[in-house]
Amino acid sequence: MTTPSSLHQTEPTRPAERRRFIRRHSKTVRATHWLNVLCLSFLLLSGLQIFNAHPRLYWGKYGADSDKAFIAIGVTQTEKASRGFLQVGSLHINTTGFLGVSKEDSSETERAFPSWLTIPSYHDLGAGRRWHFFFAWLLFLNGAVYLAHGLWRGHFRRDLLPNEGQLAPRHLWREVLDHARLRFARGEEARRYNALQKLSYLVVVFGLLPLMVLTGLTMSPGLNAAFHFLPDLFGGRPSARTIHFITAFLLVSFVIVHVVMVLASGLWNNLRSMVTGQYAITDEGSDK
Amino acid sequence: MNRTPSRRKFLMGLASGAGALALSGCDRLAQNAGVDAVLRHTEQLTLAGQRAILSQRALAREFTEADLSPVFRANGTQMPDSNEYARLLEGNFIDWRLQVDGLVQRPQSLSIGELKRFPSRTQITRHDCVEGWSAIGKWQGVPLAQILDAAGLKPGARYVLFHCADDLEKALDGSGRYYESIDLIDAYHPQTILAYGMNGKDLPVAHGAPLRLRVERQLGYKQAKYLMRIEVVDSFEMLFGGKGGFWEDRGYEWYAGI
Repeated sequence: MTTPSSLHQTEPTRPAERRRFIRRHSKTVRATHWLNVLCLSFLLLSGLQIFNAHPRLYWGKYGADSDKAFIAIGVTQTEKASRGFLQVGSLHINTTGFLGVSKEDSSETERAFPSWLTIPSYHDLGAGRRWHFFFAWLLFLNGAVYLAHGLWRGHFRRDLLPNEGQLAPRHLWREVLDHARLRFARGEEARRYNALQKLSYLVVVFGLLPLMVLTGLTMSPGLNAAFHFLPDLFGGRPSARTIHFITAFLLVSFVIVHVVMVLASGLWNNLRSMVTGQYAITDEGSDK
Repeated sequence: MNRTPSRRKFLMGLASGAGALALSGCDRLAQNAGVDAVLRHTEQLTLAGQRAILSQRALAREFTEADLSPVFRANGTQMPDSNEYARLLEGNFIDWRLQVDGLVQRPQSLSIGELKRFPSRTQITRHDCVEGWSAIGKWQGVPLAQILDAAGLKPGARYVLFHCADDLEKALDGSGRYYESIDLIDAYHPQTILAYGMNGKDLPVAHGAPLRLRVERQLGYKQAKYLMRIEVVDSFEMLFGGKGGFWEDRGYEWYAGI
């Protein structure tokens, strides 16, 4: 078996290009993927609207203004102007113009996240909550369909579980180097996800997204009464809120890397495969 | 291959255009009545979902003295701005009475002393504000169920309305008056109490003296302060904005279990 990087050591031989299409993504995966994009976009922006109502995060069973915040976005008044800041632990960063103080309708406004990152753009906690809960339900149902399908049809076992060879340290290291150089698999090797892809998808599907849902539910006083273990699991409602926020940040980081990789490894091919299911593979012996 | 730069430029243009459109579009969507009506249905789903999961008597977590917030943030009105309240406060609430009326067999008018003669319940619970902060406090009061039983509900009773002494919004026509409502499932929940004590002392003015509601499985805005009158009704649509509460009339959900 040839490793993907060895293919790049041969000089390009044009135009001996042999492209063929394989069926990459099932209908359910494609539908749930795009619904997920919609849900996560609205959840993020409405979530930041909700966060703005109290832009402080705590660890523990209680947390309000007079308690110590782990993360806070706020405003300090100087003689001349108001300055926005982000505080993480003991770190204090001036973020005027972006966090704490930013322009809303071209006038300086004190708000944690700027208006171009919240739904609605103006302060309206009630509306933010309606958008958030609507898409939270949709995300939950969408996730349930995706998980049921993935287990039932073997998508997780077949496509997402790395096989032994892929988990070998030498192989993983090679993949890290290939990714850093933006070299991607070709030919037969491109039929499957590489190990780093599989691992990140597994972390998102079985780690970050369930954590997001669970920490979200933990903030509900109703569900706290039904499931006492929920706040215990995360160390209290304020802790769950903090983890909810950090996990959202991790999801955003994942999406950024994901989109960069999609762009770098062939935008049209990747988009086509996630829309129609058809993924083009260029066979060995050709390059570019 | 040589088409790539222009294609990239085109895509970048497309993406930033779509982004700008999405941003201005979101506000227009948020203000669209039809869209808002769809979003509001989520509340019914949440209520049905939580009621299906919650047994009617499932208790909110109770904490120990060691868990009490060092400072319990006072929110909303901290001192009702009316001559009547000032007079009651000056008299140490000796003249204050809780009216219980509406769809009841025996309307009541209860002084603080009379309320304290009912068997009391003390609970250390977490107060969750809709904004996201939480504080743990100790509440002492009379279970609402006992008051409702003393008054005796009439057939058709569905909701309990709480009329408060404070105007949270200044309005000449009285529309800024705070009020709340819960249904009978929450009204008869064992942790739903009318609290006259907080953290071992009389309820402070900033927290709703002389009497406030505690509905422990819902958010802070349901915990009406400065109670004056409890009215049992079959519907709250005729009152103020018709949504069953001060904040509900201003966009928050009536069911605040999330």
